[in-house]
Amino acid sequence: MKYIGARLFERELKKGSAELLILSLIERRPRHGYEISKLIEQRSEGLLKFNVASFYPLLYRLEKRGFITGRWVEKEGQRRRRYYQLTAQGKKVLKDQRSCWADFVLAINRITEDEHA
Amino acid sequence: MPDWSKEIHAALERLNLSVAQEASVADELTQHLEDRYDELRREGVDEAEAIRLVRSELGDGRLVAELKGILAPASESISPGNDKRERPFAGLGNDLRYAIRMLRLNPGFAAVAILSLALGIGANTAIFELLDAVLLRTLPVQAPQRLANIEEIHDDRIGSTVARQKNFSFALWQQIQQQQKGFSRTAAWSTERFDLGQGGEARYVDGMWVSGGFFHTLGIQPSTGRLLTESDDYRGCGIRAVVISYPFWQRAFGGRTDAVGSKLSLDGHPFEVVGVTPASFYGLEIGHNFDVAVPLCSEPAIRPEGSWTADTTTWWLDVIARLDDGWTLQKANAQLSSIAPGIFAATLPAGYDAAARKNYLRFSLKAESAATGVSELRAHYADPLRALLAISALVLLLACTNLANLMLARAGARQREIALRLALGASQRRLLRQLLTENILLAMVGATVGLTLAQILGRVLIAFIGNAEDPIFLPLYPDLRVLLFTIGIALLTCLFFGVAPALRAVRVDPGTVMKMNGRGIMAGRQHFLLRRGLIVSQVALSLVLLVAALLFIQTFRNLLTVNAGFRQDGVLVADFDFSPLHIRPSNRAEYKRKLLADVKSTPGVLSAAETTIVPLNGDGWNEFIDIPDRGLSRQLVYFSAVSSGYFQTLQIHMLAGRDLNDGDTATSPHVAIVNEQFAHAYFEDKNPIGKTFEIRQDRGKPNRIYRIVGIVGNTRYRDIHDVPTPLIFVSPYQTDDAGTDSTFVVRSEEDPASLIPSLKNTAARNSPQIVLTFSVLRTSVLQGLTRERLMATLSGVYGTLAAILAMVGVYGIMSYMVIRRSNEMGLRIALGAQRMSVLGIILREATGLVAGGLIAGTAIAIASARSARALLYGINPVDPMTLVVATTALLIIAMAASLLPAIRAASVNPIQVLREE
Repeated sequence: MKYIGARLFERELKKGSAELLILSLIERRPRHGYEISKLIEQRSEGLLKFNVASFYPLLYRLEKRGFITGRWVEKEGQRRRRYYQLTAQGKKVLKDQRSCWADFVLAINRITEDEHA
Repeated sequence: MPDWSKEIHAALERLNLSVAQEASVADELTQHLEDRYDELRREGVDEAEAIRLVRSELGDGRLVAELKGILAPASESISPGNDKRERPFAGLGNDLRYAIRMLRLNPGFAAVAILSLALGIGANTAIFELLDAVLLRTLPVQAPQRLANIEEIHDDRIGSTVARQKNFSFALWQQIQQQQKGFSRTAAWSTERFDLGQGGEARYVDGMWVSGGFFHTLGIQPSTGRLLTESDDYRGCGIRAVVISYPFWQRAFGGRTDAVGSKLSLDGHPFEVVGVTPASFYGLEIGHNFDVAVPLCSEPAIRPEGSWTADTTTWWLDVIARLDDGWTLQKANAQLSSIAPGIFAATLPAGYDAAARKNYLRFSLKAESAATGVSELRAHYADPLRALLAISALVLLLACTNLANLMLARAGARQREIALRLALGASQRRLLRQLLTENILLAMVGATVGLTLAQILGRVLIAFIGNAEDPIFLPLYPDLRVLLFTIGIALLTCLFFGVAPALRAVRVDPGTVMKMNGRGIMAGRQHFLLRRGLIVSQVALSLVLLVAALLFIQTFRNLLTVNAGFRQDGVLVADFDFSPLHIRPSNRAEYKRKLLADVKSTPGVLSAAETTIVPLNGDGWNEFIDIPDRGLSRQLVYFSAVSSGYFQTLQIHMLAGRDLNDGDTATSPHVAIVNEQFAHAYFEDKNPIGKTFEIRQDRGKPNRIYRIVGIVGNTRYRDIHDVPTPLIFVSPYQTDDAGTDSTFVVRSEEDPASLIPSLKNTAARNSPQIVLTFSVLRTSVLQGLTRERLMATLSGVYGTLAAILAMVGVYGIMSYMVIRRSNEMGLRIALGAQRMSVLGIILREATGLVAGGLIAGTAIAIASARSARALLYGINPVDPMTLVVATTALLIIAMAASLLPAIRAASVNPIQVLREE
């Protein structure tokens, strides 16, 4: 029971935070899909991992909603890749989500720490 | 490493993405999987495990499920289609876009097609819109389908019928109101012209007499002020309240609110305006608007002498009624029939003799739905409008056949495109649908333009039907019925011009077409069959239209030139109403003679006479007479009362005897002049001068005996369409009361209208209070021929259009056939055929087709002319001369149209043809 509960919780958390993760990772510069998914895995030290079937639909949804745009870029000596970057709207959404996340985490921490105390 | 892209493409196929999008997504995902595989291998994972791990990334079909709502499926591709998984309307938007693109690529074709459809559909819609307004549209009142018109079923009525065909006397209306049970409310109404002026030339407004419950029965609310109610309509109410119509309020009062409460002079009597009807309400009579509504009870006050209210032999009222809850028209009719004998017995006119009483007591009552109002226009124009609708439908059909030909030619030009698409796997059904979409688009654009055209055309038609004296008021707007009609004919049209060519276009064998370089498969002779059929039907349709045009034009010409028995031009009709002078009845004949003398001496007047009946304006007066010498009794004969000089003024032939003269007075023996037809009918063409006849008088009074003193030529009496009937002229002065108005016919050498100012002076010298009305006799007669003029003009226009369309059509088809057969002709010439014989081949073929069309057309023309018999005058519906003229004209037109293509065929250069081959 405990095991299943933790998996479900983790999945919901992943789902809720995935957008924020992707938007954050392309804030400074455009990145391609594989790079983004790799970065998420590395920086979370393997805790967060997306497979193709869940990751690309997320990307395309963000693109459809106008938060990011993808563009095929050919660089010398490299294969053609699709790079994603934030749109103006995406920047605004990222800002909102980020502060919302910070508030949320703060609130959760306060509650869970109180319980421990 | 496996080929991931294959797996991804297989998965994505289910999403039905556009080719470009599918490629982009597949590319991106493939790269991802390849990167992942490489990475796993670098990390030392063995190949089988790496493949398993990478494949698991695709999530067992989750990818497609997740992508489904995010990536938009492409609209279906147009050409290669797979019938099995095709939904019936998938890709319709694409078809439409493609159709628009095709039309844009051929602006010339599109313009010709749309314009001819718009003209055809517009003409049809305009006439249907009129038909809708006149025949079908319900009154703009509360629950119009519950309204009924109560009518009298009767034989000959003895007395006066006024203001068009009215049903009831005042006494009858009162009885019906009291005794009927099937209607919750009843109201009586009539129409009347009122003079707004105070002497001088009359300024008429269209008025209605209405009983107090009129507006309540209809369920109408006032636009401002109040409407008339039962409390306004009581016996002896005198001059009190009127309600005005919304248009009159705008016109005469500029829509000012203080109009309510102000005074309005009608026939010299000051009425108070109490309210305005709503803008949507135009009265009960279709085609006519009303200006003022006056309570019935004011009639005796306006017409103190000879009030209709008190007279049981004046039929001047119509009764409108609203069915009570739980009553049907059938049940109400049964109740009316049961009370009718009692009602007619209670209102039996006192003056009737035994025969007239017996006849009157046989009358009965019925109620008919009045949801669409009442209309004289309806009776007069229903048939012509139906005929015009049929004619314009034929024009549309003709335009369709031309379009069908155009479509065939286009299908020929697009053969390679269609063959290519068939070869690539498109189904015939799919291609057919796309071709039909193009046709529907054309038809719909044509219909939209046509609907706009119809609004203009409809207004022109209304202006055509109406005239200054009798303007027609018909609110024209495309209601749901009109819209459905237009859409319906647009779709039908599409069916006619589009389906056969489209079917033909998709039934080709792609292999054969692709092999034929440039030349289409339709060059084969058997494929000309459809085109040959088109020529035959075009010629047939044109012949029908041409015959119709000729028949209607001849009808109009016959009526224009018909010998009415008198000279119509150069005559002014002037009515002098001197009722405001209140002259005593015994002095009126003398006053009238003096007025006539003054009119005669007015500068510019050649001759003048008084008459009670102005010929050909629809008025009539008949009486029962007895001719004891001939043993005849109760003969119904038409009358007119005319002064001396009448026959001279109208230039009617005086055949024998003398004119009426000043010696014929109220105290001298009564004399009369009869026409030839009278002598023929009652005296077997023997000279009737000196013989007598008797006019029956009211019961109890002796018959009045008249001696015939002269015979004149036959004249048309009420209507130019009538044949001459027996007619008696008596003196207007041999009576105790000559009435309070004189109608003069005045002949002038110049334009009769130029007499009006001097006649006004003449009247003013007698008294400025005399009310004057003028009309030019010939103009009024011509206005009576509006219906025929309309038919002649429109059918003439349509006939010409038909001839042009036929010429264009035949030329087009023949040219096409010649071009397609130019190889054959070239070969014939190369093999030694004379050019004349090639010319002969083409012309013979054309003649055969045209002859086929003419034969079919003659049969249709004869059948349709027979059904339009009632609209013709002075011409047999199957008039051989007309048929010969129309047939010859079309033959010449069609041969002229085929000649040029034939010459072209004969002048083909055989060397060039052989080289091309």
